[in-house]
Amino acid sequence: MRNISVVIKKQIKDTFKNKTILIQFILFPLMTLIFENAIEMKDMPEFFFTRLFAVMYIGMAPLTSTAAIISEEKERNTLRVLMMANVKPAEYLIGVGLYVWGICMIGACMMAAGIPAKTIPAFMAVMAVGFMISIIAGACIGICSKNQMSATSLVMPVMMVLSFVPMLAIFNDTVAKISKIFYTKQIMNLLDGIILNGSEGIGNFGSLVILINAGLLIVFFALAYRRKGLE
Amino acid sequence: MITCKGLCKSFGDKKVLDGIDLEIKKGSIVGLLGPSGAGKTTMIKILTGQLDAGCGDVTVFGKDVKSLSGDDKKKFGIMMDNFGVYERFSCMDNLMIYADIYGVSKETVSKTLDDIGLGDAKKKSASALSKGMKARLRLARAFIQKPEIIFLDEPTSGLDPRSMKAVHKIIMDKKAEGCTIFLTTHNMEEASGLCDEIFLLNEGKIVERGKPEEICRKYNRLKKIRIHLVDGSDIELSAGSESAAEISELIASGKLETIHSTEPTLESVFLELTGRGLQEAG
Repeated sequence: MRNISVVIKKQIKDTFKNKTILIQFILFPLMTLIFENAIEMKDMPEFFFTRLFAVMYIGMAPLTSTAAIISEEKERNTLRVLMMANVKPAEYLIGVGLYVWGICMIGACMMAAGIPAKTIPAFMAVMAVGFMISIIAGACIGICSKNQMSATSLVMPVMMVLSFVPMLAIFNDTVAKISKIFYTKQIMNLLDGIILNGSEGIGNFGSLVILINAGLLIVFFALAYRRKGLE
Repeated sequence: MITCKGLCKSFGDKKVLDGIDLEIKKGSIVGLLGPSGAGKTTMIKILTGQLDAGCGDVTVFGKDVKSLSGDDKKKFGIMMDNFGVYERFSCMDNLMIYADIYGVSKETVSKTLDDIGLGDAKKKSASALSKGMKARLRLARAFIQKPEIIFLDEPTSGLDPRSMKAVHKIIMDKKAEGCTIFLTTHNMEEASGLCDEIFLLNEGKIVERGKPEEICRKYNRLKKIRIHLVDGSDIELSAGSESAAEISELIASGKLETIHSTEPTLESVFLELTGRGLQEAG
């Protein structure tokens, strides 16, 4: 437990010094607050920006920050020093994961500020699950990358797919069909149901897609970890 | 404290370490000298459990290195050449991470920074430190938890003479506190000045071992005395009794300015044994 809390403490301290990561965490919550309050258009669906940015936040912030943190530590060999100080790889990964998840949940709280109060618990629960899946995806990329440069190259396409495909699905039927296989699209549907109707509305297929996405990422993570380890 | 018997390690077809035998006694400074690529870093990685040995036995604290527990490894202080620091963090914050892991107090961290001459840079970001200061910070990190064994991989590589001297002082202070220190270097002056015992490593094999001065004496085949005279000329005399009268006369006449024996340096011993210098790339 001590080592996990050391990793979390280190990351919290770094949040305020690492502007790249900080921007990832505050960009979408801030944009949600601004857009929801500043933009009003005729026939614009209710809480449009909250629903849109919430999914983009899930597909972007935890993914990029987790991959960036792990790959930077690998590149600078600080991760090896932590391992030599008897911090176990699992402790490190749990520490980083909890930190990213916690910060993202704070961001989700900000995003939830405008939605009906009774939908907030369900909204937060769905966001929590989405963050967890994206953190696993980010950890996979971090493990597979030697340095930050290669992590960025891997993160970009994955992030584009996870964040932008659900949004593009609004405008294009073909993309909409393809997007159904991604957890971010199903989470978007879920959030739509929660915020607009006050209930979940993705059915068994949607739940299955989320579970399969999470399962596949866990398997990929296990394979990547077994093959590459943390160093 | 540390023993290796028949240690070998290969990467693919390349044999990096080949039948290494060594013993390191508690409280001593032992140096592993060799040119780049000789296998020095691999040796440290094996001794610290970062790499598995290909064959042979390695024991640390009397235990097989593979069976060392987390608590055993906490008694290690390691400074590898490529181990980085958290660039965005201050010196204090850098050390506090490890202090929290090891349960070391903030006061101890502060005192450690004072002791290694980084007292004024406690709040300075690591990215703003000079190379020498960064080396000292990495060194401080290696002994923040008062380790029993400190492994230093080329601790002064690329440092200016002043920073090098500061690092040497810290190493000697740690020895005085009872730490066992194992260091690798290709700097023969460093090895001569710091080490109680040295091992010369070439292409994975120990080619010579012993106290630095003993090794130099052992290879002193010329046995000459070099004299520099006040008129600027140099003469060489044999180190036997037959030269005593001549030296005495030079001293009496006031012609002698300096007098030195001509033992070889570790560099020249290494050259004689391997045909290549310590500073050469592998």
